[in-house]
Amino acid sequence: MESYIEPVAQFFGAAWPLVWSLLKIVGIIAPLFLCVAYLTLAERKVIGYMQVRIGPNRVGPYGLLQPIADGVKLLLKEIIIPSGANKSLFIIGPVLALGPALAAWAVVPFSEGWVIGNVDAGLLFLLAITSIEVYGVIIAAWASNSKYAFLGGMRAAAQMVSYEIAMGFALVCVLMISSSLNLTDIVNNQNKGQFADMGLSVLSWNWIPLFPMFIVYLISGIAETNRAPFDVVEGESEIVAGHMVEYSGMAFALFFLGEYANMILVSALTSILFLGGWLSPVGFLPDGFIWLALKTSFILFLFLWFRATFPRFRYDHIMRLGWKVFIPLTLFWVVVVAVWVMSPLSIWK
Amino acid sequence: MNFVIPDFYPAAAELFVVAMSFVVLMTGTFLQNSRSLSYYLTQFTLLGAAVVTVYTMDGQVTLTFTNMYVDDLMGDFLKLMVYLSVAVVLLYSRSYIGDRRIESTEYYMLVIYATLGMMVMIAANHFLTLYLGLELLSLSLYALVATQRDSARATEAAMKYFVLGALASGLLLYGMSMLYGATGSLELSRIAQAIYHQGGDKTVLMFGLVFVVAGLAFKLGVVPFHMWIPDVYQGAPTSVTLLIASAPKLAAFGMAMRLLVNGLFELADQWQSMLMFLAVLSIALGNIAAIAQPNLKRMLGYSGISHMGFMLLGLVSGVVEGDRHFALNAYSSAMFYVFSYVLMTLAAFGVLLVLSRAGFDAETLEDLKGLNKRSSWFAGMMAIVMFSMAGIPFFIGFYAKFSVLLAVVASGYKWLAVFAVMMSLIGAFYYLRVVKVMFFDEPQDSSPIATPATMRVALSLNALAIAALGLLPGWVMWICDQSMLQSF
Amino acid sequence: MDFQAVVFYFLATVVVLASLRVITAKNPVHAALFLVLAFFSAGGIWMLLHAEFLAIALVMVYVGAVMVLFLFVVMMLDINLERIRQGFWSYLPIGALIGILMLAEMVVVLGSRYFGLEHVPQPAEFPAGYSNTKELGRLLYTDYVYPFELASIVLLVAMIAAVALTLRKRKSVKALDPAKQIAVKRDDRVRIVSMDAEKK
Repeated sequence: MESYIEPVAQFFGAAWPLVWSLLKIVGIIAPLFLCVAYLTLAERKVIGYMQVRIGPNRVGPYGLLQPIADGVKLLLKEIIIPSGANKSLFIIGPVLALGPALAAWAVVPFSEGWVIGNVDAGLLFLLAITSIEVYGVIIAAWASNSKYAFLGGMRAAAQMVSYEIAMGFALVCVLMISSSLNLTDIVNNQNKGQFADMGLSVLSWNWIPLFPMFIVYLISGIAETNRAPFDVVEGESEIVAGHMVEYSGMAFALFFLGEYANMILVSALTSILFLGGWLSPVGFLPDGFIWLALKTSFILFLFLWFRATFPRFRYDHIMRLGWKVFIPLTLFWVVVVAVWVMSPLSIWK
Repeated sequence: MNFVIPDFYPAAAELFVVAMSFVVLMTGTFLQNSRSLSYYLTQFTLLGAAVVTVYTMDGQVTLTFTNMYVDDLMGDFLKLMVYLSVAVVLLYSRSYIGDRRIESTEYYMLVIYATLGMMVMIAANHFLTLYLGLELLSLSLYALVATQRDSARATEAAMKYFVLGALASGLLLYGMSMLYGATGSLELSRIAQAIYHQGGDKTVLMFGLVFVVAGLAFKLGVVPFHMWIPDVYQGAPTSVTLLIASAPKLAAFGMAMRLLVNGLFELADQWQSMLMFLAVLSIALGNIAAIAQPNLKRMLGYSGISHMGFMLLGLVSGVVEGDRHFALNAYSSAMFYVFSYVLMTLAAFGVLLVLSRAGFDAETLEDLKGLNKRSSWFAGMMAIVMFSMAGIPFFIGFYAKFSVLLAVVASGYKWLAVFAVMMSLIGAFYYLRVVKVMFFDEPQDSSPIATPATMRVALSLNALAIAALGLLPGWVMWICDQSMLQSF
Repeated sequence: MDFQAVVFYFLATVVVLASLRVITAKNPVHAALFLVLAFFSAGGIWMLLHAEFLAIALVMVYVGAVMVLFLFVVMMLDINLERIRQGFWSYLPIGALIGILMLAEMVVVLGSRYFGLEHVPQPAEFPAGYSNTKELGRLLYTDYVYPFELASIVLLVAMIAAVALTLRKRKSVKALDPAKQIAVKRDDRVRIVSMDAEKK
């Protein structure tokens, strides 16, 4: 591969690092958008089958071209800016909703060495970037100058900030047992221990010793991405579509892209932090990107499954779950893990 | 990586208070109607802290927590006085806050944390701890001022206090960062050394010093950083005013000593002239403005400004042209002044609390009219306090003023002493007016004064202590001298 | 000018402009958003100084949490700017005078050679594999443990104060208690009675 890159690098000269980075970014973003597109199809299909329907099947074989058709439709539609809206913020809103969802991928490792920025404080970077996501929603909500949108924005701000705390504590547990903030190291650390030596690394991944945190992280991830059953932010049945109610065409599509990109991100992170990332579950199969893809797909399937199964939570129940159940639980578990790590029973020496 | 676990022994009192605060918090959270339990636990905390402080007092200067914490005699005595005054404050204000339905576990928690903040300030040997102690104290006080949520005046006072306090903290921090830039350390003793060795140009140091003194002046409440005092004193519930007016002055004195004497002693010439300016203004403005106040809380606020100005006179006269011989006497007189001021304030606001009842706050001169006819005992007590505040011999206030003036004269500022005496004479007018109103006017309100016996006894002891210590000031003086001996 | 310098000047310009807009923006929401931008760019500058932990913490805490709540409040308030701006011109002379005085003082002090940075030693170069985050963690929990714990108590006080000032138990409110609702068992609501079959 080096020999192919070399002449191109010489062609660009001093600008090469920049070009190379851009290429890598495109290499991640383009497939990501493709995944997002087909995730929407998958969602409709999966939920369709769960509800004994067929789902989209008109456009292309098995409806496979449906996402393309949707995309074209959204692109061609007019973007309507309400006359009372704050124009600049109205446009910045969806951009800010999508931006962080994409920026977070910079530190996500897809396999050993397959990462744009292998930074030491990767986990912190992720926390920081995901905490910015809420801006897209509240800016859009406020700029729309509409009560429905504003209510959605308020709900979103409260909900996302609340669940971020529980999520953060769950991550603290992970980084305590990995003693690293680097995502690659976190994955590699899961490949150590008694079971991994026996060829059963699936049993030495973080999800077993940190099982409660795994669950908390998963649920908080759903709440953080405002997916069902925590989708009161959109709440079609009460506030129409929440912060997105005034948006049309591509502006609306950006929110959509952001939401699905976030789902994929949370699933990938859950796989990396708790399910061993690209590690193969058993010793006789090689590690590789395919495992990460499989694990992420499984978590994504869970997202869809939950959506098809559970009714929407009432808002005060959501806040109660976040503040009165998850935060005390995670706080307590942080102490438990800290004691465990320092005790002679520690399995992470 | 060679870290040694710090010695916790010198900081045992702080640790005890923190531990007890969690006990109070937990009992308050999980037991229903635990207000009186919280009260007794809080008093127990203060008592226990006093016992621990006395027990760990060894007369040595001990540094711990990587030199951020200092334990010396001055700190111990100031802390003991803080415990005493906070305990008295709680005792006086119990029925007051009960009547106004602001008594709650949170109230006591905030008082405990304010006490902890004062302890930290008094024991600080590092800018960081000094600042954190100050914030702990201030944050608790802001919240306490606002506890009476339905009173617009209290909320306004809390807001003013908060905004101005934040500004003052900002000034202080800015000054500290300048000093850090100039000396390369945040530790007070190292800063002192750095300044000593540095010599030469002191522009940046002076720049930092101005801001630090401004921040300090705000916390002490001296002119021109006094604007918050009258409004906060008047707006806050009297029980909280009592707290703000008493113990934090001790902590502010401790902070001034740590910052200026332990840290920036080399710059004494400079800060002395700044403080002198502040002191002169405070004594003048405090005494003159107090005359025009019909509201007693406000009047006591202005009187507090002038008293703090007087206390600063003690700090001003420590070093004369580089000669440090006077420092010991001057600083111990200032410490004595703070002690006596706190005693007097406690009793003065204590009387106001006695006269208040559910639905009625005694706070104007009118409310004191004819107190002699309603209760000559309390009128007598209030008279003692007023005489003492005015500096009439032989009450403790007289000795406080006397010793400060002696120090001022000794350091050669005769005009300053004359000025201070003149202003005290003006001040005597409004103190004596209170006495006149109590004894020679007809009461407008003849309702009986109902107070719990504990409070009566405590208040009487407090007022009698003012009189008795005025006759026997020697051992308090001795305490102050001993504390100061260690700093030099 | 190398790449770092370019980035620095870019970020610094953004910080300065954004900060200016914070105080000049007419709309409080815009002002808050500019403050967010200023924080974010300041984080970038810290990153340039190899203080990656602080930079990320700044973004996480201020941008991600504090400013969100701030915006939350500002958006809900109906701030009458015209009324706030009244008296601006009458206060301007004295405000400007103080500002100019302070600026002059700072220029005299900081702009001269007196700041004496030369006697502060240059920080040592970081060895390879140096982790800022780890070093900070070590210091916070060893040398600075006392102020660190004090800071945690300051936060606790803030929490208690917030509860003390806002928690009201109102009897007239008909809000539901989710905890009670969840604790409900089937037996609390439904009683199954077995009855004999009846003839028609």
